[in-house]
Amino acid sequence: MIRFLLKKLFYMVVSLFVLASATFFLMKIIPGNPFMSEKEIPKAIRAMLEAKYGLDKPLWSQYLTYLNNLIHLDLGMSMKQQYTTVSSIIGTGFLYSLQLGIFAIILSVTAGIVLGIIAALNHRKFLDTFTIFIAVLGVSIPNFVVASGLQYFLGVKLRWFDVAGLNDPTDYVMPTIALAVLPAAFIARLTRSSMLEVLTADYIKTARAKGMSGRIILYRHALRNAILPVVTYIGPMTANIITGSVIVEQIFGIGGLGKFFVNSITNRDYTLIMGLTLFYAVILMLARFLTDIAYAFIDPRIKLSSRKEG
Amino acid sequence: MERILEVKDLRVNFKVRGGIVQAVRGVNFHVNKGETVAIVGESGCGKSVTAQSLMRLVPSPPAVTTGSILFKGEEVLTKSLRQMENVRGKEMGMIFQDPMTSLNPTLTIGKQITEGLVKHQGMSAAAAKQRAIEMLKLVGIPNPESRVNQYPHEFSGGMRQRGMIAIALACNPSLLIADEPTTALDVTVQAQIMNVMKDLQVKFGTSIILITHDLGVVADVADRVIVMYAGKVVESGKTRDIFKNPKHPYTRGLLESVPRLDQKKDEPLIPIYGTPPDLIKPPAGCAFAARCKEAMRVCLPNDPALVSVEGEDHRAACWLNHELAHPISSEGGESA
Repeated sequence: MIRFLLKKLFYMVVSLFVLASATFFLMKIIPGNPFMSEKEIPKAIRAMLEAKYGLDKPLWSQYLTYLNNLIHLDLGMSMKQQYTTVSSIIGTGFLYSLQLGIFAIILSVTAGIVLGIIAALNHRKFLDTFTIFIAVLGVSIPNFVVASGLQYFLGVKLRWFDVAGLNDPTDYVMPTIALAVLPAAFIARLTRSSMLEVLTADYIKTARAKGMSGRIILYRHALRNAILPVVTYIGPMTANIITGSVIVEQIFGIGGLGKFFVNSITNRDYTLIMGLTLFYAVILMLARFLTDIAYAFIDPRIKLSSRKEG
Repeated sequence: MERILEVKDLRVNFKVRGGIVQAVRGVNFHVNKGETVAIVGESGCGKSVTAQSLMRLVPSPPAVTTGSILFKGEEVLTKSLRQMENVRGKEMGMIFQDPMTSLNPTLTIGKQITEGLVKHQGMSAAAAKQRAIEMLKLVGIPNPESRVNQYPHEFSGGMRQRGMIAIALACNPSLLIADEPTTALDVTVQAQIMNVMKDLQVKFGTSIILITHDLGVVADVADRVIVMYAGKVVESGKTRDIFKNPKHPYTRGLLESVPRLDQKKDEPLIPIYGTPPDLIKPPAGCAFAARCKEAMRVCLPNDPALVSVEGEDHRAACWLNHELAHPISSEGGESA
């Protein structure tokens, strides 16, 4: 177990290093820099700014400084927002995205699994067809359509919720739904197909031959075996959701991480791009790591020590 | 002798896209207390469906089961689902063909044995575990105390099938249905598994229905044999009678297609040519007629009934046994 953890940790550091380097150089390849705007800045001021942020030094020197700061967990100052560190931007943004994300994950996983089971148990009957129809809709309708739809009907027409912002607890409802629809639909379809496969397995017949009731067969025998593909999906999905959705956050006017991600790139805010990319990578790796551990808990055939890095 | 199971005119139809598959077409047989009855026949002859319908394990729909299954004097087919749950596992146990897939990979062997005990006998978890260890010891699994906490993937194929037997017999059922219990196993392991079943049968007085196409196993353990073809019983009788004096060409074909030790090297095995009929449109006459070397004109339009032939309790469904047919021993039976 400890060997497994150390190995994982080592791989994580290596991946982060590769990622950090790749992002650094890619960013430098993009034309433009943080101090380009419609208005030409006087050469002297520009030189001063570049000197301040170390952009006048040769590339390798910038790279080394950057790596050195990274080792000390210093993500630097934002180049666009005065007197703000990248860490504090991530901190405030992530707080919103995380809160929303957790709600969305809970909603999508519960709704998805329940719908998937209902569909599987009613295979080829009305409820199955109906659920799958809804799921296909959920997968194919982009979330900005869902988000604006919710705003229009629940916000403007019915006046149940505020159209935007995150001030009251009820303000979380619409963005959560908007975030959860797609993953919920996806999980429902995964659960359904996985359940259908498991329900025809021989060991389900064995359980029936033992006189187990339908409920026990479903929960003890079928679901645990059927849930593995869903867990595989939930890992990366978690990372995706809690790091924020650009579109949903933009539509509901929430200052989450997603918004910063896009803005940082259009602004060429070098330090913020780097910081967010690495942050996203860390979250993704953590999510995958937790998925691996969850696997081992669900399926005894999977041993942490023998699992290859995936 | 006490009849523990009596099956009358059992029919199982499956609705499929192309029509209705008549998997079992009017099967009659009985099982006495403590005896072993083997059901033999090639793949797709309805033996597994027959076995599974005894426990009402055939998925329905698409299956429609009619007829009568009297188990300990009670009709199985009219029981409610809840009542069935108390028959399955408690009164009837079942062993399946493939031990690699019939155990739940995410539960320990112990858990899979104890859940039946807890449900049917109201045992506490601790008592059930004790009983599970006992069962594992009985089926010949070494170190049952530690094995009970292991998962199926930590067991070999033979060990898993022993585990399956332990599961099926844990609640001491009166009837054990073994659906090809040795087919998926190594030859050396097959004998061990059969021995375990025989030993426990003596110990518990369990009746066994053994579904198999391995006639060697049948000769070894069965008291009586039921030969099925195309969803019907074509011959039934004491094992000795069936082997020494088969009265149906299909039974003879099955026996001839088994390799023998005293066979010469260049002597070919005699297969039964052709394939079983399509059970969506079963033939009007004898279902075996198309493959039968001794088929007569009467066989095609007229289905022979299962009638008594020489020997106690020996029945066969073949026109050759009719008084007007040629004696079977004579060469060629093409004239009727």
